[in-house]
Amino acid sequence: MLIKLTGGKVYDPASGVAGVVQDVYIQDGKIIGKPEQPADKEYDCRGKVLMSGAIDMHTHIGGGKGNIARTMLPEDHRIDPVPRTDITRSGNGHAMPSTYVTGYRYAEMGYTAAFEPAVLPINARQAHMEMGDTPILDKGGYVMLGSDDYLLRILTAKKDQKAINDYVAFTINAAKAIGVKVVNPGGINAFKFNQRKLDLDEQNAHYGVTPRQILQVLATAVKELGISHPLHVHGCNLGVPGNVQTTLDTIQGIGGLPMHLTHIQFHSYGTEGDFKFSSGAAQIAEAVNKNKNITIDVGQILFGQTVTASGDNMRQHANHKFANPNKWVCMDIECDAGCGVVPFKYQDQNFVNALQWAIGLETFLLVDDPWRIFLTTDHPNGAPFTSYPHLIRLLMDRTFRNDVLSRIHPEAQKMTTLASITREYTLDEIAIMTRAGAAKLIGLQNRGGLAPGYFADITVYTDNANREAMFEKPDYVFKDGELVVVDGKVIHTKWGTTHIAKPNYDASVEKDLKDYFDKYLTMKLGNFKISDDEITEDGRGSLTAHPTVGGSA
Amino acid sequence: MTEINEVPSPFCGVGTDDLTVQVEGSTIRLTHNGCAVNAMGFEQTLGDKEAKIDGKTVSLSGAAARAAEFLYSAKQPIIGGCATDVNGMRALLSLADRIGAVVDNMGFNAARNNFLTLQDSGWMNTTLAEVKNRCDVLLVVGTDLETVVPRFFQRYLWDNAMHLADVQQRQVVYLGKAPSGAASTSPSGQKAQVLACDDAALPEVVAVLRALVKGQPIRAEQAGGINVADLQALADKLLAAKYGVITWGAGALGINNHAELIVQTVSEMIKDINNKGTRCSGLPLAGKEGDLTANQVCGWTTGYPARVSFYKSYPIYDPYLYDSKTMISNGEADVLLWVQAFNVNAKPPLCDIPTIVVGRCGMAFDKEPDVFIPVGTPGIDHVGHAYRTDNVVAIRLKKLRDAGLPSTTEVLSAIELALSGASHAN
Repeated sequence: MLIKLTGGKVYDPASGVAGVVQDVYIQDGKIIGKPEQPADKEYDCRGKVLMSGAIDMHTHIGGGKGNIARTMLPEDHRIDPVPRTDITRSGNGHAMPSTYVTGYRYAEMGYTAAFEPAVLPINARQAHMEMGDTPILDKGGYVMLGSDDYLLRILTAKKDQKAINDYVAFTINAAKAIGVKVVNPGGINAFKFNQRKLDLDEQNAHYGVTPRQILQVLATAVKELGISHPLHVHGCNLGVPGNVQTTLDTIQGIGGLPMHLTHIQFHSYGTEGDFKFSSGAAQIAEAVNKNKNITIDVGQILFGQTVTASGDNMRQHANHKFANPNKWVCMDIECDAGCGVVPFKYQDQNFVNALQWAIGLETFLLVDDPWRIFLTTDHPNGAPFTSYPHLIRLLMDRTFRNDVLSRIHPEAQKMTTLASITREYTLDEIAIMTRAGAAKLIGLQNRGGLAPGYFADITVYTDNANREAMFEKPDYVFKDGELVVVDGKVIHTKWGTTHIAKPNYDASVEKDLKDYFDKYLTMKLGNFKISDDEITEDGRGSLTAHPTVGGSA
Repeated sequence: MTEINEVPSPFCGVGTDDLTVQVEGSTIRLTHNGCAVNAMGFEQTLGDKEAKIDGKTVSLSGAAARAAEFLYSAKQPIIGGCATDVNGMRALLSLADRIGAVVDNMGFNAARNNFLTLQDSGWMNTTLAEVKNRCDVLLVVGTDLETVVPRFFQRYLWDNAMHLADVQQRQVVYLGKAPSGAASTSPSGQKAQVLACDDAALPEVVAVLRALVKGQPIRAEQAGGINVADLQALADKLLAAKYGVITWGAGALGINNHAELIVQTVSEMIKDINNKGTRCSGLPLAGKEGDLTANQVCGWTTGYPARVSFYKSYPIYDPYLYDSKTMISNGEADVLLWVQAFNVNAKPPLCDIPTIVVGRCGMAFDKEPDVFIPVGTPGIDHVGHAYRTDNVVAIRLKKLRDAGLPSTTEVLSAIELALSGASHAN
């Protein structure tokens, strides 16, 4: 079927188009140039805004810690039941929604892809099974390394970079990932040796390896393997007042290698003021503006009940005293990593929470290049993903922002420069952050744009000065050319693909790994590797491999 | 005859995947690394492969259609058992969502002891590879470990450890039940310490142990028949450990009422030990016949573990109200669909309401169910996924033979299709 979207104002930063009235044509799931023949179906988009489907490049939608969060908080689901319809499954929502509800609600906001940033190698099956039950969206994951005993052992044994590259590439393939993440580099491992904090240059008590070394070898591996997505870094000292210096040192220490610093809001805290807690956003923004090898996402917090779910059990354990309600889980996992799940209720009358809110927004507004900053709440850690339209309004509407600012804890108001920042994000900049930039960062081919040849993931909004109202209820959402959402409600469902990378590696790495698995782990290496069948055998899933770029592998 | 290596087991809970089996036709023999639990699981002989209505052979589609009729006319159907693989649970929940069923995993009353703790206060837990490579002190609470997991000690305590100089130096303490065999004795002959008490005394004993860990004074000389001085020594041992692990079987704690309070006291004590500067973790043992699989899949599909009702058209969780046995005996259900793909001996409760069984081939009945559809076993007759006891690792189950049996998913999807005449909602 040939579909024509007529007369919409198109924002397609991938092609440098910003607010130009254009017709868009869809055929066989892809966008095509103007065809000879008339369209079978036409949608009048005059007065409306067209963007490609949004891509969430960091959201916890699959994996064990999310299911712990769901199971631990039945009271959070009871307030948000989602009944079944003729075309959609039932479930529950709020902070950590069930998988079907996650897919529907993302689509209903105009999102067509979402990426799980913390796939433990040993728990990757679960991440894929949960994402496999998340309808409509494309998905993918970044596999977590850096606290696994195997990597620390080969670092201690002074194995060369090639050995590390082979191990990283093996793991990406085995876990069916598209990128690599490191969480509190080495810190999750150090916690198992009873270390309770680990600074950038502090040694693991057993291995003698520092976080700085881990970041260096992993960022190098990602670059040399030609993985598009730079090493995805959840740094040291999350949530610790004064960690802005750690973050600046981390940027400095990576020596120009590509690096993505995730939920940087949680890593931008100073120690000034009466409460010894202050904003480091200006220093972070200055460093990001200066260092073109750095990309960030914000991890904005928004006020209300949520739950934090992280691989960083060292820091989550330290933060358990803030659990609200007072229940929490920490786990050590399989000589691989760990996790910590702590419910949080961010309150605008709490000084720290209020300033965290302001720090996130300062970061958004002080970083110049929208191609290097991404819109996230680190779902569900800063806030559930369903709060994105509200966040977009905060960025695009200074009056609204200052109105909210005027109601937060008065001491926090004094500690932020937010009121003096005049910048308002444009629709083009929003489209960069949530579409073209995200696709480019992850290395997705033919996604995140509206030029002919791209997959027809398209969102159509009614232009509305109230940007929250605009972004929470698109008129139409197309996924691979199929109309899935009308007026902010799912009207049709389908299954998205799983995006992966398949870097090459020297197969001899598997020999040493097999010995290691046989001797120390509780699973055979052959049973550890996820096969293609596991994603596709139910007839719904599919794999889309993206090429590596300019790598030496 | 074919020999297959590195076979993972869905039966033993710990996801043993070093088994070797020999397959001849549809006969399977465990030839290497077997144990009592896995022998029973894998070597079970096949029974009649035909579907039955009232004991009479029918086609699979005929049986599915009859099952659909029962479910269509039911006011409150129940899906019990829920013992299958991930794909089986996916199909089960899809069907339940459509018909407004109560879904109740057969192991839920045991698992509830853990869930109530998780949902009230949380915990700090670990997984099997951490136990194997780090644990220097193991405390077993109220559980005869080797009957629950026969190869636990051989695989995780007396084998290679990355971070221990000598695995024989590991200390094992039993609190409550004494071990029934010698698996917990180290290869060099070091026996586990046993602080025995009745199951009924466990709540008191663990409460005193927690108080001692926290440094609270205890005036009594004994708790549950155990000398407080011995409990003090145990508390000191836990506080001096490098990586202590406390394990329990949620269904083995022996008392029927409020065993969750034992789990909670132990879990809070583990947090206390960590807050006092020593690492310690819990290891809840479960994972048999798909109970964790049921809870995991139900968890991501509904937000709740596997005791939910869909009768209001969205999932509602209640760990007591939707106990299927109670519902059936109270006359609150009018059709039972029993799903059990692992164990021929785990049969539906005897009841007067129409009963549909989707059961492992070979299941035999005193009273023939209204509909019986024999299915293959995940990990023998078809590939699949199952969770092992530590609830983190999903194992990839292999297909070992082709006996022409349908999977749980195929049967439940056929029933749903017969019900709706349409495809699933997605």
